Amino acid sequence: MQHTWQPTTSIENLKKRGQILRAIRDFFEQRNILEVDTPSLSHAPVTDPHLVNFSTKWISPSQTGETSLYLQTSPEYAMKRLLAAGSGCIYQMGKAFRNEESGRYHNAEFTLLEWYRVGFDHWQLMDEVEALLKHIVVSPNAERRSYRSLFVEYLGIDPLMVSMQELKQCCCKLGFESIADTETHPDTLLQLLFCEHIETKVDPSVPLFVYDFPASQAALAKLNPNDNRVAQRFELYYQGVELANGFNELTDPKEQQTRFQQDNQLRAQMGLPEAMIDTRFIAALNAGLPQCAGVALGIDRLLMIALQAKHINEVIAFPTSNA
Amino acid sequence: MATFSTNEFKAGLKIMLDGEPCNILENEYVKPGKGQAFNRVKIRKLISGKVLEKTFRSGDSAEGADVLDTDLAYLYNDGEFWHFMNNDTFEQVAADEKAVGDSIKWLRENDVCTLTLWNGSPIAVTPPNFVELEITETDPGLKGDTAGTGGKPATLSTGAVVRVPLFVQTGEIIKVDTRSGEYVSRAQK
Repeated sequence: MQHTWQPTTSIENLKKRGQILRAIRDFFEQRNILEVDTPSLSHAPVTDPHLVNFSTKWISPSQTGETSLYLQTSPEYAMKRLLAAGSGCIYQMGKAFRNEESGRYHNAEFTLLEWYRVGFDHWQLMDEVEALLKHIVVSPNAERRSYRSLFVEYLGIDPLMVSMQELKQCCCKLGFESIADTETHPDTLLQLLFCEHIETKVDPSVPLFVYDFPASQAALAKLNPNDNRVAQRFELYYQGVELANGFNELTDPKEQQTRFQQDNQLRAQMGLPEAMIDTRFIAALNAGLPQCAGVALGIDRLLMIALQAKHINEVIAFPTSNA
Repeated sequence: MATFSTNEFKAGLKIMLDGEPCNILENEYVKPGKGQAFNRVKIRKLISGKVLEKTFRSGDSAEGADVLDTDLAYLYNDGEFWHFMNNDTFEQVAADEKAVGDSIKWLRENDVCTLTLWNGSPIAVTPPNFVELEITETDPGLKGDTAGTGGKPATLSTGAVVRVPLFVQTGEIIKVDTRSGEYVSRAQK
């Protein structure tokens, strides 16, 4: 009989989790990368329309009234402020919070490993992500494939040229007509085809880096200087799991401001409240973010792979529902 | 009928899909780190019995299906309909051949079956897990065989054919598992 006070992980997995966390810290220690721990609470929410912050109120004895604070969905803005201040290469392994996310691979509070390499581009960082993966689990050499080549191979469409009508036809052929009929945003259909078709077709036994995502899904990545239809963003998939997301980091403050504004336009279209733009982060970019590549990797998911767990609850002490 | 958002989807919830009532078997949350979340839902269509996977955008909703399971006693067949009665209220329900389906071969008068009603009309009939029926025809077995090796076919009073041990004879009442269609034992007298 399982009681709600008990952990959902086994004590055996808890011990292995501890060992793996130490092995990850060793990996960065060997490479002389500084461990940092930035705040979980931030004055600015995230602008990404597909992420939902937890929010709380800050009451300070030295101030009247209360201030809204948000639990960070990733430590990206704070870490980039450190990079702009001259920290050099840094990593952080800590909690991130995403409300409204729960499932086999999602817990609202989860452990995220994020690191930044000054002077690296995203290709060099992919190599380092692969080295870390091999430091923790036995895996074959990773494949590297462009987003476009996967769509061409598995669906026969070019995601950078395809019309909305062709996208809808492609979705209908695969049985997604109820979504295709009402969807107005091409990126949603591309994400649907990627998650529900391509991800289920690729060989789960080989780590796969997907790079050159469409510019419309660039997030905080630089655009590819040779083809501005795509961004220098990559994702790592292994054993059916999306494990990491990385960028050749956008350093241009004006471009960053524009992307935040585009996020807010999309939020308005989706009927979501406008998200206040993090002015301290923009100020740090104005002061100068060095050329760097950064990546965020889901530690609980890496543990699921390492410990062959079927559900995230098997590798975390207490899921949010029992926390 | 109420509508249900994907975050209310769970195993056992009955929703409408393509005009047919369905039972949700599994609901998996799928979300890329950057982008739209989806729900991958495994569904059983309650009329055709088909099991399929359907992807919803998270936040989308589906109409609830007015589906109710109720326990009713089987009364009789009038040639077209199979009649059932609620033993408490004496209210009667008539199910057609499509609703009765394969359960037809297990229906014995007064046995309590589960009827699945959609908008008050029966769409499925589930017999009790175990029924006791009389053997109307089977070959005489070998004398002295009690191990029941191999067995032999036996026709029951409802027309169902099951494999029975060699020692069981015509006229005897046997217990059958309706889920597997297998002989369990001779009925307790």
